[in-house]
Amino acid sequence: MRLFVSEGAPGSLPVLAAAGRAQGRAELLVSTVGPEECVVPFLTRPKIPVLQLDSGNYLFSTSAICRYFFLLSGWEQDDLTNQWLEWEATELQPALSAALYYLVVQGRKGEDVLGPVRRALTHIDYSLSRRSCPFLAGDTESLADIVLWGALYPLLQDPAYLPEELGALHSWFQTLSSQEPCQRAAETVLKQQGVLALRPYLQKQPQPGSFEGRAVSNEPEEEELATLSEEEIAMAVTAWEKGLGSLPPLRPQQNPVLPVAGERNVLITSALPYVNNVPHLGNIIGCVLSADVFARYSRLRQWNTFYLCGTDEYGTATETKAMEEGLTPQEICDKYHAIHADIYRWFNISFDIFGRTTTPQQTKITQDIFQRLLTRGFVLQDTVEQLRCERCARFLADRFVEGVCPFCGYEEARGDQCDKCGKLINAIELKKPQCKVCRSCPVVKSSQHLFLDLPKLEKRLEEWLGKTLPGSDWTPNARFIIRSWLRDGLKPRCITRDLKWGTPVPLEGFEDKVFYVWFDATIGYLSITANYTDQWERWWKNPEQVNLYQFMAKDNVPFHGLVFPCSALGAEDNYTLVSHLIATEYLNYEDGKFSKSRGVGVFGDMAQDTGIPADIWRFYLLYIRPEGQDSAFSWTDMLLKNNSELLNNLGNFINRAGMFVSKFFGGYVPEMVLTSDDRRLLAHVTLELQHYHQLLEKVRIREALRSILTISRHGNQYIQVNEPWKRIKGSEADRQRAGTVTGLAVNIAALLSVMLQPYMPTVSATIQAQLQVPPPACSILLTNFLCTLPAGHQIGTAKTPPTPAEAMAAAAPQQIQVLMDEVTKQGNIVRELKAQKADKNQVAAEVAKLLDLKKQLALAEGKPLETPKGKKKK
Amino acid sequence: MFAIITSPPVSPASSRPAPYLGPASRAQARFPRPLYVQPIVGHVSGRGRGLSSQPMGGEPCCPGPAPASSSCRKMAAAAELTLLEKSLGLSKGNKYSAQGERQIPVLQTNNGPSLTGLTTIAAHLVKQANKEYLLGSTAEEKAIVQQWLEYRVTRVDGHSNKDDIRTLLKDLNSYLEDKVYLTGYNFTLADILLYYGLHRFIVDLTVQEKEKYLNVSRWFCHIQHYPGIRQHLSVVVFLKNRLYTNSL
Repeated sequence: MRLFVSEGAPGSLPVLAAAGRAQGRAELLVSTVGPEECVVPFLTRPKIPVLQLDSGNYLFSTSAICRYFFLLSGWEQDDLTNQWLEWEATELQPALSAALYYLVVQGRKGEDVLGPVRRALTHIDYSLSRRSCPFLAGDTESLADIVLWGALYPLLQDPAYLPEELGALHSWFQTLSSQEPCQRAAETVLKQQGVLALRPYLQKQPQPGSFEGRAVSNEPEEEELATLSEEEIAMAVTAWEKGLGSLPPLRPQQNPVLPVAGERNVLITSALPYVNNVPHLGNIIGCVLSADVFARYSRLRQWNTFYLCGTDEYGTATETKAMEEGLTPQEICDKYHAIHADIYRWFNISFDIFGRTTTPQQTKITQDIFQRLLTRGFVLQDTVEQLRCERCARFLADRFVEGVCPFCGYEEARGDQCDKCGKLINAIELKKPQCKVCRSCPVVKSSQHLFLDLPKLEKRLEEWLGKTLPGSDWTPNARFIIRSWLRDGLKPRCITRDLKWGTPVPLEGFEDKVFYVWFDATIGYLSITANYTDQWERWWKNPEQVNLYQFMAKDNVPFHGLVFPCSALGAEDNYTLVSHLIATEYLNYEDGKFSKSRGVGVFGDMAQDTGIPADIWRFYLLYIRPEGQDSAFSWTDMLLKNNSELLNNLGNFINRAGMFVSKFFGGYVPEMVLTSDDRRLLAHVTLELQHYHQLLEKVRIREALRSILTISRHGNQYIQVNEPWKRIKGSEADRQRAGTVTGLAVNIAALLSVMLQPYMPTVSATIQAQLQVPPPACSILLTNFLCTLPAGHQIGTAKTPPTPAEAMAAAAPQQIQVLMDEVTKQGNIVRELKAQKADKNQVAAEVAKLLDLKKQLALAEGKPLETPKGKKKK
Repeated sequence: MFAIITSPPVSPASSRPAPYLGPASRAQARFPRPLYVQPIVGHVSGRGRGLSSQPMGGEPCCPGPAPASSSCRKMAAAAELTLLEKSLGLSKGNKYSAQGERQIPVLQTNNGPSLTGLTTIAAHLVKQANKEYLLGSTAEEKAIVQQWLEYRVTRVDGHSNKDDIRTLLKDLNSYLEDKVYLTGYNFTLADILLYYGLHRFIVDLTVQEKEKYLNVSRWFCHIQHYPGIRQHLSVVVFLKNRLYTNSL
């Protein structure tokens, strides 16, 4: 037989690695042909590699060639291998060709390349870790491993594209790559040039079909039922039978919550939202809500948990806003602090304290850290060229200046950062700078400033990261950001500003300056804790006993992962540093970006005004949590997910389970006689519950929500197959069966109510009240599925709960929906025109239309007219 | 605690054009079925070895009524697998669920893990029915069967436009020139699934196209008459004499 290969054809990798199998069984000739040569006479498009068999037949599929080699060696086909190969052809290949094309032909990097394949990689990792087998189809290396290894090798051989957190994938890939046939195939094909060796071949290929459409996906990840061993089933049954007795005693509530030696002490912070605006859904899911889910979960695990947040109140943006609204900065802070607190209260966020940064404690702690840094020589002094507005008689910091971005030419770049290209800007580099207050052109003057000497601290930082990162749950994007900052080398960072609204700098000659928020905002966590308890140092100077989880959107990673750790390490005061930095990606709004300053998107107060209950918002936001990749908020999708997942799946199951108990068994949980099917179900539920725990321990909040939905899907199927409503009318045995099914179902419902608690606390409480779940079982979640509602347990008089259908119907009436769509559309038109730098009058006309639509919308929603959010246009 | 959120309004209905009847119906209207037909297979005798064993014999090829233009939609994978179960003579029907956007079928087996994917489940069913020979008997045949199963789920199901379909039929036509079945001489699962997968396209071919893809037509007509395979799918009519020979 004769194998045709071509320089740089990726398919050659698995084929060559598998060819060894056929050795001695047939003579194999290898011919190299050009990438565009048509070897197979009946195929119109060139296809490589190809195996021509002695019979004259051609094998033109890479997997089929590998399969043939394996078959020759006496291997037998099995379902699992078939499944992997089918998955490889239909799911992995489209994603992988897109990624390789971006990387090799278009020269793109990072997330652009990893994005398309991330889901597939996670699937492999998940399957490997879940089955706890070292190889894809069992304990030994086989066809599936070779085919997938060969497909993935060109990408994954670059460590940048082998995500560290996918541990099982990692070790599987390393094992295979170190084997001799694989090594040889890799050398032959890549010739030690890495992935670029594929360029001559890939350049000749048509661009892979649009894969972009799948990149931002809100679709559920796939679920599959794992194989269960007899042992697992037996263990699940034993745990179930122990019932309530196996619950540990409930931890007494402490006030204040303080770390306890010998316990797991979990300190959770959510990035401090800035006070100058109403938070939008992107802010809420990015930190506050995500951290809340974890805090609630942590309490369910009986871990000693303290969750804090607060408003970040100092800085230029507050001063600007105060000027806009004609108030003092303090008044602005008071006003917006209350707005924030209200919104989070409405979203049911379980803070132990929601504080603020404008307190004496903030000044005390910040100045203390600064003094320690100063005496240890980590603070530099330098002269800075700065813009000064002569008319306003002051230096213009950051957001007081606007101008043209020196990098991308964007016209409304701010003094510290360009909103369009995201690059950090030194204000004096702005072209055509303007004072934001009086619109006159500022002049460059010099001013003395203090700098944190990051280069001097870099070594300590790297040491600390080296100890912290391995085995921690830092999200991949956070690791990536920190790594790229370190790669570029740290530079001294200015920590003072010419402002009044801030923490004063305790140093002679700096009386009229304050600390920059970069330096003191992250100290807010400490001061807020200090306002909660005078024993705050037991949390913050206790790295041995405290596990610190910090939640934020990815733009906040440098402050939490670099700047604050450097300050804390330099202060040498045994500060607690972040153990797990959890950063989300961005949440987009419909097709665009949420933007506070532009007023695009859904804002916290607006969510409240729709009349849709907070729990539904929580559910949808968590369901689309930008975890691992950007995701998009969409009204239509929200309606869809509410109806399909919450109503038809979860709600339906829980209602049925409760309804059967009250309708068929007078409200008492019936006797349960478990059959082998029931035991199997117990084990499946247990497995899924354990999976939920594994995911939440790793703070994969969105994925863990899928586990809840999976269990309820199992439950629905179980009821559907066993038809208790029919059996209840049948023979004695049938009635007993109906009882068992109902009893098991209602216990699953009780379990779901607890698992749901971090996500939908109000709904969870409603279910528990209805089922009268015994109190300890409501507040503790073990890793096993227990029978918490034993036979004879009485559930609440199951009047159907007051269906808030009316409330919901009023919530999103069609008119509002139509208007919202219109607003979005018009918003897009305006943005497009602006992007095209269209004629000013035209833009103004479209903006007027937009404002009018917003007014109509506000009227339709029965809201008071809001003053347009964001900055005023000239 | 749960309630339906009213769905967003449907975009205003645009005035729809009159339904397009599809090329097949038009062609058939223009070229009414000849009363007397000769089997196509006659024309390729000499190439198609072993044809005498075909069940068609000398009967008129396709006695069924001319089908209406098909709704050009893909059969749901679950429906297709149910069809396959019947063809294989499996009495106890399985229940399938569907996964993701592409509605990939999932089978929950009684005593093992679930299986995902059309061809994976199909191969499993074949084994369940004790008809392993449908997966091929030699290493070569087994590999070829799997190759065409892969072709089915990637190329046939994954086509993106009309051109893809034309290329696909052209390639297949050229491949089948000297073959009775996809593996050569033996009927296998590859024939069944490719037949199911291509049905929606073949139904829409014009008489002229069917004649152009002569070998595909012969193979397709053969498979649809293979005992127990077609089930409820519509019979596709093939003319047994050539109308366009000169223009080919």
